[in-house]
Amino acid sequence: MSLTAAPSTVRTAPARRTSKQLRKAVDAWVWVGVAGLILTFLYIPIVVLVAFSFNTSRSLSWPMTGLTLDWYRKLAENDQLITAVQNSLYVAVSATVLTLLIGVPAALALDRLEFPGKGIFRKLVLLPIALPGIITGISMLILFRLIGFGLSLETVIIGHATALLAVVVTQVFARLQRLPHSLDEASADLGASGWQTFFLVTLPNIRTAVIGAGILSFTLSFDEIPVTFFLTGRDNTLPMYIWSTMRRGLTPEINAVGALIVAASILLILVSVLLQRERPRPSR
Amino acid sequence: MTLPLPLRVRKALVLSPPLIWVVLFMFVPYTILFVFSFWQQQYPTFTPALQLGNYQTLISDPQYLRTLLRTIKIAALVSLFSLLLAYPYAYFLVHKVRRPALRQTLYMAVVAPLWVSYLLRAYTWKTILGTEGILNSFLISTGILTEPSPIFLYNQTSMVVTLTYVFIPFMVMPIYAALEKIPRNLLEASADLGMGRTATFLKVTLPLSLTGVVAGFTMTFCLAFGDFIAAYLVGGPDGMMISNVIATQFGASLNWPLGSALALVMLVIVLAIISVSDRFERLGKGAFA
Repeated sequence: MSLTAAPSTVRTAPARRTSKQLRKAVDAWVWVGVAGLILTFLYIPIVVLVAFSFNTSRSLSWPMTGLTLDWYRKLAENDQLITAVQNSLYVAVSATVLTLLIGVPAALALDRLEFPGKGIFRKLVLLPIALPGIITGISMLILFRLIGFGLSLETVIIGHATALLAVVVTQVFARLQRLPHSLDEASADLGASGWQTFFLVTLPNIRTAVIGAGILSFTLSFDEIPVTFFLTGRDNTLPMYIWSTMRRGLTPEINAVGALIVAASILLILVSVLLQRERPRPSR
Repeated sequence: MTLPLPLRVRKALVLSPPLIWVVLFMFVPYTILFVFSFWQQQYPTFTPALQLGNYQTLISDPQYLRTLLRTIKIAALVSLFSLLLAYPYAYFLVHKVRRPALRQTLYMAVVAPLWVSYLLRAYTWKTILGTEGILNSFLISTGILTEPSPIFLYNQTSMVVTLTYVFIPFMVMPIYAALEKIPRNLLEASADLGMGRTATFLKVTLPLSLTGVVAGFTMTFCLAFGDFIAAYLVGGPDGMMISNVIATQFGASLNWPLGSALALVMLVIVLAIISVSDRFERLGKGAFA
C-alpha cells in the first residue's frame, strides 16, 4: 500500500507501536474515503453521460432499459452535427495556430525584453484568464459591429485567439523563466544570431510547453461557448449546435456526442501526459 | 547567413505582433465597451451620448442589484464548497500518497474532467436532477419517493452543485501546487519542537498554503461569477446570474448600452477581486520567500 501517515521523526516506545499502527491504518482509510468521495462526485456524471448514450429508451431515467448503438448511428446520419464538428475543427485549429503565433512572442517579450508599458501589456494579456468570457465576447461584438465587420466563423477565431492568449502566455512564460539566460548568452557568444538562438536553443527547450499550450488551447477552443455565443454568424460550432439541441429537449443523441467527446478527451490527456513524461526532470 | 539585425529591430519584430493584437482586440474593445455604456438606446438602435442613464437604471431598478447579489452569493458558495472538497483532496495527495506515479494519476484524475466539454458536464446535472431524471427515478425505484420531485432542479442549489462540479479542478490545482512547495523539513522541525499534527497543520501547513487557497478561490469565484451557461441549463428563473441579464440585453432586449454598463460593473468587480488577490500573493511572497 502506498499510503502512509505524514513523515514523523518522533521516536515511539515499542509498547505503543501497535496502537499507533492501528491509528495509522484508520487514518489512511479515512483519507482514502475522503478522496474516494470526491472522485465519485467528479466521475458519476461522466459515467452517467456515457452510460445513457447506450440506453434504448429515449428518456434519461433510471433504470436503463437496454443497450443499443442506435444513437451513434443517428449521429453519423446527422448532417448538421457533422458540419458543426467540421466548423469546430476549423475554428479550433486556426485559433490555436493564431494564438501560438502571438502568444509565444508575447511570452518571450515578457520574459526577455524591457519596454515601456510592459506592466499594462502583461495585465491586458493575462486578463482573460479570470475575466468572464462574456465580457470578451460582447466587447468584440461591439467592435465588429462598429467597424461593420460581419459575424462569421472568422470572427469566432479572432475571439478565441484573444481569449486563449492568456493560457499560452502563462504556460510558455513559466517555462521560459525556468530556462537559464546563460543559454542565450552562450549561444550569442558562439556567434549565433538572435533567430538562430531562438530556433536552435530557446524553442527546443520550451517545445513541450508550446505543444502543451497548443493542445490545451485546442481543447478550450473546441469547447468554447461564451465568446462564440456572441461572435458567431449563421454557422454553428459543435458546442453551439449541442446547445441549440439541448434547448429543444434532452435526447440520448447528446449523450452519444458526449461519450465521443469523453473518448477524444482521454486520448488528448494521454498524449499530454506522455509529453510531460518525456520532459527531463528539473534538477532541483 | 547571419544577418545581425540591430537589437532594436529584433525587439520590434518580436514585440509588434502581440502588441498590435492586444491593442486591437483587447484594449480597443474594452475602451469601446466603456464608451458604449454611456450611449443611449433608441429602439431599435443606439445613439452616441454621454449620459449616466444606464447606470441610473442599474441603481434604481432593484432587479439588477438583486441579480448581482445573487450572483455573488452563488459564486461565493461555489468557491467555498470547492475549497472544502479540494483542500482535503490536495492534502491527501501531497502528504498521504507516497508513490509519485499514483499521486500523479490521482492529480490527473481531478484535472482531467476539465478536458471534457464544459457544456456536457453541466448538461449531465440537468439529466441527473430533473423531474424525469436519474436521481428522481432512482429515488422512486428504491421507494424513498412516491412521485418525482421538482425540488432538485432549477434553483440556486442546483446552480451551486453544478458550478462546484464544473470548476473544482481550478481549486485543486493551485492548492496542490502550494502544498507541494512547502519544504518537508519545516514539518519535521515543527514535530521535533513538540508540536502535534493538528498544531503543525494549523501553524505551518495551512498558513503556507494560503496563497494557493486564495488563488483557487479567486479563480473559481471569477469563473462562477461570470457563468451564464449553467443558469440556462439548471438555474431556472431563481438561479439567473448577472451574465444572463447581460446576454439578454445583447439579445432579446436589444439594449446594448445598458448591457455594456452592466458588463462594466462586472468587470470592475472582477478586477477588484484580482487586485486584492494579487496583493495577498505579493504579501505572502514577502513574508515567506
